[in-house]
Amino acid sequence: MELDILLIKGLIIFAVFGITLLIATYSTYAERKVAAFIQDRVGPNRAGPFGLAQPLADAVKLFFKEEFVPANANKFLFIAGPSLAMLTACMSSAVIPFGGTLLIGGEYIHLQAIEVNIGILYVFGIVALGVYGIMIGGWASNNKFSLLGAIRAASQNISYELAMGMSIIALLLVTGTLSMRDIAAQQGQELFGVSGLNWNIFYQPVGFLIFIICAFAETNRVPFDLPECETELVGGYHTEYSSMGMGLYLFAEYVNIFVASAVMATLYFGGYNFPFMHQLGLPHNVVTILGTVVLFGKIFFFIFFFMWVRWTLPRFRYDQLMNLGWKILIPLSILNVIVTGGAILLKAELF
Amino acid sequence: MQSLSNRAKKLEKKPMNFSERMYLPAIFQGLSITMRHFFKKKATIKYPEETRPMSAVWRGLHVLKRDEKGRERCTACGLCAVACPAEAITMVAGERKRGEENLYREEKYAISYEINMLRCIFCGLCEEACPKAAIFLQNDKVAPARYERDEFIYGKDRLVEPMPIQNL
Repeated sequence: MELDILLIKGLIIFAVFGITLLIATYSTYAERKVAAFIQDRVGPNRAGPFGLAQPLADAVKLFFKEEFVPANANKFLFIAGPSLAMLTACMSSAVIPFGGTLLIGGEYIHLQAIEVNIGILYVFGIVALGVYGIMIGGWASNNKFSLLGAIRAASQNISYELAMGMSIIALLLVTGTLSMRDIAAQQGQELFGVSGLNWNIFYQPVGFLIFIICAFAETNRVPFDLPECETELVGGYHTEYSSMGMGLYLFAEYVNIFVASAVMATLYFGGYNFPFMHQLGLPHNVVTILGTVVLFGKIFFFIFFFMWVRWTLPRFRYDQLMNLGWKILIPLSILNVIVTGGAILLKAELF
Repeated sequence: MQSLSNRAKKLEKKPMNFSERMYLPAIFQGLSITMRHFFKKKATIKYPEETRPMSAVWRGLHVLKRDEKGRERCTACGLCAVACPAEAITMVAGERKRGEENLYREEKYAISYEINMLRCIFCGLCEEACPKAAIFLQNDKVAPARYERDEFIYGKDRLVEPMPIQNL
């Protein structure tokens, strides 16, 4: 029995890891396609049908390039930087529930790699670690542009983590739990007689707005891509990187986008729940599989949204970034916490 | 300061109102613009599969014509080489031997005739200069890209029109 559980858990972990990497791989392709379409171009279409083999071609190219280490760089940290970035990026998808439960042989199996009852804190901890990859890589390069990029990345991530944490606190007041599985399950309840529509976005719209802005900043995406700001800093923290070191940094960014999308979909947009999920009268396993498909639909929408915004908005100036983070988002998120708390108290008084 | 042309406009910088200071409406406006472009028809012509339609007077790759009996019209007079502003054309003239009357129309012909397509500016002055109507710029072919420079020097093997089939 123990072995069965281990085997199933291993399979799920393997699947989650594989799906994360696959989606990150094809995010690079999607990014180029979206960029091209928004700019009235066609995008990569030479490698394979519709250019679908493009990510493979890019990976092969990166592997065959020279792994260059600058003469005065700290060799160990120079290698450790991108590795750490990739490691932390891959770790955070472990606690995300990718579906409800599958009923196989009388056993309910949760489609989630690990259930931690402090799931959100785990994600936050790992995401906060992610900045070390950038920081170490930027510092080890022994290049002033890299160092500036790394410093920017560190200060930006720390600033926006505060507002992000505050927006999550407001969410936790509503849900009353830190576990990702419980938060996802709660959103499957009825709202106005429609099951599976009890999404947190209806309770926390401002919190979601703050969260998504902070998610852009945490993943170093436009309009907050100041760490790699190529107009000012050449390439920022990855100026000195070539070959797969560079590849890992870029890849880690896409994994982070995937994780951020998955977290947003789970926390605010109902996770694997979809409207009328319990009212259709479908078998349990069908509902679960449909829910997983719906969750991935939501995740893909958010990944698309990240790209959509990237090709719409220009980059912030550094002082604008700091003003937005400290003077607007943090006060707004604190206000959001107070209003949420007040509303919960009011509800307890009235009903 | 007084404007000299009287066309200068006085611009007034109004303070932004609340919705402008939030920036969110403007961001959504921008997103809707990019989304419109996302579904727009693309201007790209996928080159090797489809080609741009060429005009009837397009000056493309050169051809050395034959006459109605399949004989080369070029007599290696050199007027095209003189007319060429880019000095892309070189030729070596030769005398027609007995028995070659079905190959060359006049007693004199070009033993070799080379055009350097890297020098050529496709102005069509050679076509205008030719007294024998031998050289033309085709309107349906272009000199394709190649890896080596010497592959751009087109000799008679690539310039002369192929033999009409009935003469073979």
